[in-house]
Amino acid sequence: MEPRTITLTVNGRRQATSLMPNTTLLDALRSLGHFDVKNGCEKGDCGACAVLLDGKTVNSCLVLAWQAEGHVITTVAGLGTSENPHPVQRAFVKSGGIQCGYCTPGMIISAVSLLRENPDPSKDDIRHALGGNLCRCTGYTRIFTAVQTAAAEMARE
Amino acid sequence: MNQTVETITNTHILAQDFEYTAPASLEEAVGILAAHEGRARILAGGTDLLVQMKIERQQPSLLVDIRRIPGLKEICEGGDGLRIGALVTHWQLERSALLWERYTALAEAATFIGGVQIRAMGTVGGNLGNASPAADTIPPFLVMDASLRLVGPDGERVVPMTEFFVGPGQSVRAPDEIITEVLAPPPDPDTGSGFTRLSRVASDLAKVSVAALITRDGDKAARVRIALGSVYKTPLRVWKAEQALVGEPFSEQLAEYTGEVASREIAPITDLRSTETYRRSTSKVLVRDALMLAWSRSFAEGM
Repeated sequence: MEPRTITLTVNGRRQATSLMPNTTLLDALRSLGHFDVKNGCEKGDCGACAVLLDGKTVNSCLVLAWQAEGHVITTVAGLGTSENPHPVQRAFVKSGGIQCGYCTPGMIISAVSLLRENPDPSKDDIRHALGGNLCRCTGYTRIFTAVQTAAAEMARE
Repeated sequence: MNQTVETITNTHILAQDFEYTAPASLEEAVGILAAHEGRARILAGGTDLLVQMKIERQQPSLLVDIRRIPGLKEICEGGDGLRIGALVTHWQLERSALLWERYTALAEAATFIGGVQIRAMGTVGGNLGNASPAADTIPPFLVMDASLRLVGPDGERVVPMTEFFVGPGQSVRAPDEIITEVLAPPPDPDTGSGFTRLSRVASDLAKVSVAALITRDGDKAARVRIALGSVYKTPLRVWKAEQALVGEPFSEQLAEYTGEVASREIAPITDLRSTETYRRSTSKVLVRDALMLAWSRSFAEGM
């Protein structure tokens, strides 16, 4: 097993790093300083590590870093800025969809992925689209409200 | 050192060493697999293989990533029926208007697979190659009378879905063969199909899953196919139950009776997800529900 230098495109920035083939994208992103990508179950159940890979939500714990070379990666920090957050980020704060915050990055990534496909989702669509993201605090109700709020706000913009 | 054991059980890092290659053509991929005589594994969506490797149930020395191989990501229908490339994701199945219209059970089954991330990553070829008795796409493929194309060093072959699976995680695929596509004949007119399943929570694997397909002739079922998952060592067709529904005027009672026949025909086991008794009693209901879905859909256009 030999390391190889690969270039990952994360939040619009190209970052070169030398990695072994058994490094997951999750580990690679965190080692590059992207601590907004959370490490939960590491086997694809919880969705805390979700990132957008070419615009689609995936669990970075089940992607090898080498596989992500040449693809566009977006983490929750790449969706907006502190001054100008993404409408979904704003809605999560406003609706109380965040408690401990650990699931939040993955939740927001999956919500953004949904709204790109379906700008006007029903409650069932939202439940279905967030089925791969576990939250142990909120009971989900306010998270679903946040996604609805964001959808309405994005429709106005 | 005790700590090593704890590392394995408490975290899911990829602790093992392996090489990685991503060939750009099918020929190249088959050549690499053949040269490594079973020590290599095919990597597609990674949603199963990488988990198996993290818990050290699989220890390949080489991963052959087939996602760069062109031509395996399409769903298309021609005169000879449906073709689904092996790299088509469950998400693509779920979002396909063609499938919802004409091969409904398959699109419906895709909505039950994992969470959205798993559906965006996991592939049709992976679901089949993994050969789990609980795989959600397999009962629909069985009722669609589908087959799959395998390409290996000695050329290609087409295997009917009913002959592909041998046991849990086992199929007739040789280690150096790659599943390239699934083929299914076009549905007859007045055909409907449906899929339903039972699991503890939505993203769990199924305790029991059922796909049913009915081709209607007036008020009777002219052709019936029923397949179940998680109730035998492989997903299976229940031929006797299918016959129970053919030729008589369709009714909910008949669908329920067919469910009873099916529940006697299966051979479930007790495992960590459910018990034999529970699987038998719920199979009855699920078969009835899948038949009711298929029957009602046989009145719409397509399948």
